[in-house]
Formats: sequence, C-alpha cells, structure tokens
Amino acid sequence: MELDSAMLSRLLTSLTLGFHIIFATLGVGVPLLISLAEWIGIKRNDPYYTLLARRWARGFVVTVAVGVVTGTAIGLQLSLLWPNFMQLAGQVISLPLFLETFAFFFEAIFLGIYLYTWDRFKKPIYHWLISIPVVIGSTLSAVFISTVNAFMNSPQGFDMVDGVLTNIQPLAAMFNPATPTKVGHVVMSAYLTSAIVLAAITAFHMLKGKRSTYYRKALKLTMTAGFIFAIGTAVIGDFSGKYLAEYQPSKLAAAEWHFETSENADLVVGGFLDDETNEVKYGLVLPNFLSILAHGDPNAEVMGLDQVPEDEVPPLYIHYLFDGMVGIGMFLAALTFFFMIALRLKRFNTENKWFLRLIVLAGPLSVLAIEFGWIFSEVGRQPWILWDIMRTGHAATSANGVGWMFVLFLLLYIVLGTLCVTVLRKMFKTNPAENELEEIARRK
Amino acid sequence: MDIQLLGITVLWVFLYGYLITASIDFGAGFFAYYGELTGRDHIINKIISRYLSPVWEVTNVFFVFFFVGLVGFFPDTAYYYGTALLVPGSIAIILLAIRGSFYAFGNYGAKKSRVYTFLYGVTGLLIPASLSTALTLSEGGFIEEVNGEVKFLAGELFSSFYSWSVVLLAIVSVLFISAAFLTYYASRANDEPALELLRKYALFWSAPTILSSILVFVALQQHNSVHFERTLDYAWFFIASLFCFLIATYLIFQRKRYGTAFIFVMLQFFFAFFGYGISHLPWILYDHITIYSGYTNETTGVYLVIAFIAGLCLLVPSLVLLMRLFLFDAEYVKGNKS
Repeated sequence: MELDSAMLSRLLTSLTLGFHIIFATLGVGVPLLISLAEWIGIKRNDPYYTLLARRWARGFVVTVAVGVVTGTAIGLQLSLLWPNFMQLAGQVISLPLFLETFAFFFEAIFLGIYLYTWDRFKKPIYHWLISIPVVIGSTLSAVFISTVNAFMNSPQGFDMVDGVLTNIQPLAAMFNPATPTKVGHVVMSAYLTSAIVLAAITAFHMLKGKRSTYYRKALKLTMTAGFIFAIGTAVIGDFSGKYLAEYQPSKLAAAEWHFETSENADLVVGGFLDDETNEVKYGLVLPNFLSILAHGDPNAEVMGLDQVPEDEVPPLYIHYLFDGMVGIGMFLAALTFFFMIALRLKRFNTENKWFLRLIVLAGPLSVLAIEFGWIFSEVGRQPWILWDIMRTGHAATSANGVGWMFVLFLLLYIVLGTLCVTVLRKMFKTNPAENELEEIARRK
Repeated sequence: MDIQLLGITVLWVFLYGYLITASIDFGAGFFAYYGELTGRDHIINKIISRYLSPVWEVTNVFFVFFFVGLVGFFPDTAYYYGTALLVPGSIAIILLAIRGSFYAFGNYGAKKSRVYTFLYGVTGLLIPASLSTALTLSEGGFIEEVNGEVKFLAGELFSSFYSWSVVLLAIVSVLFISAAFLTYYASRANDEPALELLRKYALFWSAPTILSSILVFVALQQHNSVHFERTLDYAWFFIASLFCFLIATYLIFQRKRYGTAFIFVMLQFFFAFFGYGISHLPWILYDHITIYSGYTNETTGVYLVIAFIAGLCLLVPSLVLLMRLFLFDAEYVKGNKS
C-alpha cells in the first residue's frame, strides 16, 4: 500500500464516513421509533410509551449533534479531498446533494421545535404531529444522499465527449439502476439498526434487574419493529444481489470469490482464500445458491472474475465483509423472529437471561453490520470512483498535508466518540427512568 | 437577470443568513465563557441557552446549504477552493465539530463543564477567522495554477495585511452582531441585569466594528485595486450601511427600541455584505473563476433553481413557525414555557 495523496484521501474519507454512518444511521431510524412510541402513548393513553419517547429523544439530541458535525465534515471533505471528482460529477449530482441539505434543513427546524414543545400544546397530538416532518426529513436525507452514492456505482444521465460531460439529465442520474436497491437497503437497515440498538439498551437494563412494565413495553416495541425491518432488509438485500449480478458483476464475483464464469454457481460461506492458488479453504459450499442469489434461477450462468481485466478486480477481502453483514442480518432476523414467537407462547419467557444477553449483543453487532455492508459496497467498486468512468486515483487532491489532516481528524473522532458515550451514560445514570416513573405514578 | 447571477444571489442570501445567525451563536458562546470567567454567568447564560438550544442546528444548515449550493452551481469552485483550502478548510471543520458537539454535550448532557464552555467560547472566535480565509482567497493572489495543478500560497496569506484586516473585521462584527441581538432578546425577557450587561457589550464593540470595516477598505485598495475601484461604483451601499449602523447604535445608546436597533444592525451588514458581493462580480475567485466560466451545466442550473424555489416554499413557513415559537413568543423568552 503506497501512502500517496490518493490513498491518504481514501483513508481520511473512510475514517470520516465510517464514524459518521454510526450517528447517521441512528439519526434516520431513531426519530421513527420516537414518533411511534409517542403515538402509541397518545392512542392508548399510556404514559409509559410517552416517557419512552421523551427519554429516547433526550439521548437522541446528543447523537444528532455528532451526526450533524461529522456530516458537515464529510460534505466539505468531498470537495477538499476529491476536487477533480466534484468538478466533473458536481454538474450531475449537485441536485440530490442540494435536495439533501433541504431535507436536513427541514429536519433541523422541526427537531428544534419538537424537543422544546413537549408541554406547550393543549392537545398532545399537536406535539406528535411535529415529529412527522422530523421523520420525513431524516429519511429523505438518507434517500437523497444514497442516490448520490448509487450514481457513483451506476453513473448515467449524461454523455461523455472528450472528457467533458454533455447532455446532462439530473433526474436520470438520480434515478439510476442502483438507486432503488441502494436507497431501500440503506433506509431499511437504518430503521433495523436503530430498533435493535434501542432494544439492546433496554435488554441491558433488564439484565441489571430492572423488570418493570416500562422496560417490558420498550422491549416489545423495539423488537417488534426490529422484526418487521429485518424482513424488509433481507428482501431488499436479495434484490441488491440481483442488481449486482446485472450491473456490477465484478463486485459480486469478488465478494463471492467466484473466479470462473459458470452455470449452477455455488455460494461459498465463510472460508479462507489461498492467495496463490485462489483456492477456498474451510468454506461452506451451498450448491447453486449463487445462481439463485444472482438471477433467481439455480441453473443460471454467473460471471466470474476471469472476465474482469486484472487492474479492475476489486480487493478480494470484501468476501469477509459481505459474509459478516449477511450473517449478522440473519442473526437479527432470527432473534427478532424468536422474540415474536415467544411473545405468543406463554411457556417461553422473553426475559430469559440468555435471551436478553443475545439482544444486548445484537446492538453492537447491528452497527458492525452497517459498517461491513458499507465498506463492502465502497471497496467493491474499486478502482472506480465513478464506475467505468473515473478512477479513484485521478480524482484525489494534489494538495499536500492530507496525512496530517488524517491524524487531526482521527484525534477529533476519538474525542467525540469517547465524550458522546460518557455524556450519554452520565445523562441516564443521574436521571434513571425510575425517577420519572415514580412521578407518573404520583400523578395518577 | 441571467441564471448565473440568480444563482450567486441566492447563495449570497444564504451566506448572509449564515453570517447573521452564526454571528449571534459565535458571539453568544464567547460572552457565555467571558461571563463565566468574570463570575457573571448567572446573569446572561440563561438568556443565551434559551435562545440557542432550539436553533443552533438550523444555523449550521445555513452554512452547509451555502457550500453545497456553491459547488452545485459552480463546480469549478470545488476544484480551486477544494485544493487550496485543504488545510484551512479542515481546521475550520474541526473547530465547527468541536463547537457543535460540545454545545450538545454541555447543554443537553448531565452537567455543565468549564472545559466545554471554554472550547465553545474560543472556537466561536476562531471559526469566523478561519472561514473568512475563503473570502480573502477570493480576492486573488493566494492561489496559483502551475502546469494544471492548483497551489495554495499559505505564506502569502499569513503575511498579508488584507487577510488580517478581514480576520479582525470578522471577529469584531461577530461580537457586535451578537451583543446587539442578545440585548434585544434580554429586553424581550424583561431581564434587566442581562440587558444592562449585554447593552454594554454592544456599545463596546460598535466602534471597533466600524473602524475595522474602514481598515478592510484600505487594505483592499493595496491588495486588489480593481475590486477597490468597483466598490467605489457601489459607494451608496456602504454609505447606507454606515447610516444603519449609526441609527442602531443611537437606539441602543438611548435605551430605546432594541428590536428596531437589531433590524438596523442586520441592514447595516446587509448593505455592506451585498455591496461587497456586487462589486466582487463577475469574479468568484479573482483571475480564475467568474460566475460565467465556472457555471455548471445549463440543465442542472435550471433544476437547482426549481429545487431551490420548491425548498423555499417548505422552509420559509417552517422558519416562521420556529421564530414564532422561540423568538417572538414572549412567554417562552421569559422562561415561563418549557
């Protein structure tokens, strides 16, 4: 690995985005769950759910702040680190980028209102109504920014004549073939992760012996939502595989270590790759499954890496990331599914210690899956920054000092990450739910 | 009006929006820290956090909006400014990140910390200084293109009289705008002690504001005489600005109509900022990019304008709602509503 300006720019971009997407993911999903909890609270006249919404909202502000500042960072870094890319592609993708800031603006305004008007309206439903633009704004910003990324994977909506873009159609660029699966998967997995993270926090408290109705209701709500989003994520994930087979077959082939083009292609789960012989060791081979994943037909032909020019083969380690992401996804689906069954079966106790431990574990795992999936998707399109059009190396800045900036940003994220966790922990420790529950009981 | 001019005007309006809202925020952070240092935090900090808590995120968006829009309308700016601003831009991002997140940690978190207020206060003055480098660069002379590679002449920037005069103006204006606004806010809250203190700050920073503005003109004449000549063509903008400044300080001095006074402060900066902007045209980056040479593809430009108008239809009512709830609702300002 040569640490030239392009490599350093890639590292710094990965660092910022890798940190940002943790907060961005929560930023997309948590408002939906807050809104859901408040709505149930109003509908059933159940103060427990209202308290849930309030407490989640309080913690959410802190994560949103980190999300906003790191989002600003990546927004500026696009131009600072990839000036050549922005000069070229900016003509096409500025529309979704612009729309994204509108969505963000909209969300910021209503989030401010939402947080400071809990007791301001006579009818609680008015306050709940304010959560809707927050949910719409946060989801729409994910949608718009994902179309930009989809465009980088599947550029269209322009003609390239002698290195100059002409005949530009910004809407065609936004609604490219990668957009439906990319947007769907990003939004759905953000909802899923947020639900699971909130479930994990609840389960953690329950393990510590807090078993009141408040926690039970929180667990039921988050796990039920998690179950629905897990199904959604899996279904869209399958569509994403079929998209890859059609439009970015080299990405799929690298992810699956599929070296030779063949029919009845097998899917390899896990395993290690022998660098010299390209043989897979210890992998679990599922016959014909790759053909099913790629084309929905067990006999279909799947393109292998033998058809890809050598300098266009993505790094083969993305296989591990792909398997990690899918594995965690399956685990989350199974976990929430069992919870749904357990809720209906009186014999099984959802507050079983081991079950709660698994839910706690699912929290960090779901965030890890987001990271895996994102790195897989980004590294999988190397060496291209604009698929088949512009190589990453040609897009990077020529300025000196990227290395130093990397160090500075690394320090910044360490500080922000540590403080964010410390502040959140302190916040909920000094004001545990029990205090507020007592107050509810007293008011009754 | 052609679309390039429309584009840059729209962006300039947003940058002006950021200038006002961010100045209030930056200055407030500094006053909050200064108040703590001098043991007067109990007087003004309640006022400050009551105003800032619901709106600080919105302030940040004005900025994001401006730079995304700039790159969108004029992609060439990404190429020149992107390359040149790697280091100063990154430092500005880091300062903004520290400031924004520490605000949340300090205000929504469990307990106040002196370190948080310190960082919040100091970054409030460093950010305008580092952001103003972008405006300084636009005057030309700090960016050089050799063999198709953009070079940023950092040494030139640091030794330039012009660049330091801009930094001075940025910092001083921030304190003046902020104090003028907070004076008004304190008067709405009927908070006499805060009002007295903030009024003093506003008057204190009024003279340096106008002196440093004059200094910038002198420095500009030396640095970019072409632009300086053009400012003379638009002299009435700057005269109007001075006039508004005089009315504003007079009102604050006379303890009268603080709201009107703040409107005149806004007008003062409106005229100065737009006078500066118009006289700068057609250049975006002197000698390298004009609004015509750096303009994006025509179709994209039209789409951006449509998106912008549609977005405004959504934003303006929302912003009005926000202001009615937290700025013009006397009960909230006084702290009687949560």
